Amino acid sequence: MVNVTPSVQDALKGTRVDEDATTATDDIAITVPTAAASSGPQDEPSGDDLVFDVSELSVFYGDFRAVRDVNMKIRRNEITAMIGPSGCGKSTVLRSFNRMNDLIPTARVAGNLLYRGVDLYDERVDPVEVRRRIGMVFQKPNPFPKSIYDNVAYGPRVAGRKKGLDEVVESSLRKAALWDEVKDRLQDSAIGLSGGQQQRLSIARAIAVDPEVLLMDEPCSALDPIATARIEELMAEIKAEYTILIVTHNMQQAARVSDRTAFFSVELDEANDRRTGLLVEYTDTAKLFSNPDDQRTENYITGRFG
Amino acid sequence: MTDMTIRPDRAPLTVDVLAGPVSRLRKETAIRWFFFSAALVSIGISILIIWSLVNEAWTFISQVDWSVTWGETGWFPRRGLYDMPTLLVASLIVTIVAMFVAGPLGLGSAIYLSEYASRRTRSILKPVLEVLAGVPSVVLGFFALFFISPQLIERIGRNGWLVIGALIVLTYVALVAGWARNLMKREAGTPVSVQVQRILMLTLLVAGALVLVWWVNGVAETADTFAVKRSGQLAAAAVGVGILTIPLVASIAEDALASVPRELREASAGLGARKATTTTQVVLPAAVSGIVAAFIIGISRALGETMVVFMAGGAADASQFTSSPFDGGLTMTAGMASLATGTDSVVGEGLTFQSLYFVGMVLFLLTLFLNVVAGRFVNRVREKY
Repeated sequence: MVNVTPSVQDALKGTRVDEDATTATDDIAITVPTAAASSGPQDEPSGDDLVFDVSELSVFYGDFRAVRDVNMKIRRNEITAMIGPSGCGKSTVLRSFNRMNDLIPTARVAGNLLYRGVDLYDERVDPVEVRRRIGMVFQKPNPFPKSIYDNVAYGPRVAGRKKGLDEVVESSLRKAALWDEVKDRLQDSAIGLSGGQQQRLSIARAIAVDPEVLLMDEPCSALDPIATARIEELMAEIKAEYTILIVTHNMQQAARVSDRTAFFSVELDEANDRRTGLLVEYTDTAKLFSNPDDQRTENYITGRFG
Repeated sequence: MTDMTIRPDRAPLTVDVLAGPVSRLRKETAIRWFFFSAALVSIGISILIIWSLVNEAWTFISQVDWSVTWGETGWFPRRGLYDMPTLLVASLIVTIVAMFVAGPLGLGSAIYLSEYASRRTRSILKPVLEVLAGVPSVVLGFFALFFISPQLIERIGRNGWLVIGALIVLTYVALVAGWARNLMKREAGTPVSVQVQRILMLTLLVAGALVLVWWVNGVAETADTFAVKRSGQLAAAAVGVGILTIPLVASIAEDALASVPRELREASAGLGARKATTTTQVVLPAAVSGIVAAFIIGISRALGETMVVFMAGGAADASQFTSSPFDGGLTMTAGMASLATGTDSVVGEGLTFQSLYFVGMVLFLLTLFLNVVAGRFVNRVREKY
């Protein structure tokens, strides 16, 4: 039992550890949820349970090493949060999970990134195939200038699907909790939706291709708290079917939604005198927020980051 | 907090003190008037040009016997035969053929530069394209007359071009028809952009079908004079105009493509779309207004181009009516230029001089209309992103 700051404590109480909400009012301690406790960091995932096996991953932009020392083992049907200050490279790492960095001409990856045992950066691997299995939701809602229906149907169509699109569109919109709001105007332009609706549309669009993994790059940073809550609910609902990685600036959000959290920080790289991101600590969310191993993590989550 | 020192008294403040020095105010006023008069002179010159145009054109309109302006008698202004269809159809032929050159090549280069080219390739290719934009039209006129006409147009021959032209137009009609069919399938309550695209597609489809009919019918009927003629023809001039127009279409279309946010491309890639799919399904629809504007501005440029058609169009200062690109002909611009060269005393019937102003006014109204329409399309792009 370790003291944590009230804000993080509140966050943990919020959705995940309901029983603590009543007991922890005057006691500033937090009990580690049992589910997470049974799968500690020593409990190595293996085989089919292991979705991503990342070791000694670095990402470069030209000669500049943007992130180094990333080691993560990500389990199936888990939500992994990636937190850290601006410039720590968490988005860069996330984008390397579906080879989105390929779109940046100077970006380059070193180290190992295995997806279900396959090296994603093997030269025979087609990034398009990777992205069909590993979907992505971006920070800004980015509907295509098409109708709502065509936005959701875009991915399946791209994958060559022609029949049963109506069903896919409906079920994706339902999963993204948007169906009831748009079912009568599926042919309207998606540009006309509100920001929160557009972001849920982006999620529906990502779900429609039936990916195995969903990468979310600060999906709620452009949304108000109500829309954010809906997206978080959504994540909890779809967790049973997908493995989710989420980058967030919001520590409360990380604490609320994730099973495990990776904390990234940024440090001066003596080699080239530039600031480089690195993975500091990666462990169960409850442990990271209550009893981090690393002093830098502790400083960051308690707001003493400088 | 209580230790505030009290300042010593100053001279009493009046309005005059705050009014500032008179010399500075005068200077400000002078500068203001300088810039105002600069603007006034520019606008004034434009108004004077339009006024003189309209004035002389009105003389023509009010005095001319209208039967000589519409009857496929040919454009013989010195003999008082001011047949407008001769000039209009020649201009139309040149513009259409030029756009069949400049449209695909310009849009193609724009797509390559904006979507495919690496930064290095781009840094080499873009200046090359800009150099092409800087080629004086008289040079291209030469090129059209001495290379395009004998080596490209006449060598392939009329029958060859008939087939090639029909194939190009058929491809175009098929492409547009496919697009239109897709758009027609939508139900009611479709987004505005779809409605705009629908209208656009229908227009293009009708235009394409008309061109096809004209090409197969009209061109086939006209006499084959290739064997003897070596003096240029509308087709050669039109290809030259098309080449001149490529950089303009390419640069405006490239601006439109570049203004599509990177996030849209990433979102498409994130859903497993390939580059070609992303380009055709996401980037092009998002930039459709700008691309249409590029085409319209290209059309207005091709319509207004003078030197190339004057040199390579295959007609001197008068022309028979023709609807075939393989004949010599006079466009509106070339018709004006060939009469008004080096002197203000145009030889001919009473209204010959004024007829040039009339043609000029028609041309001015056409380009004005096209530029206004293009401007609206460009604004649509700006509003969206």
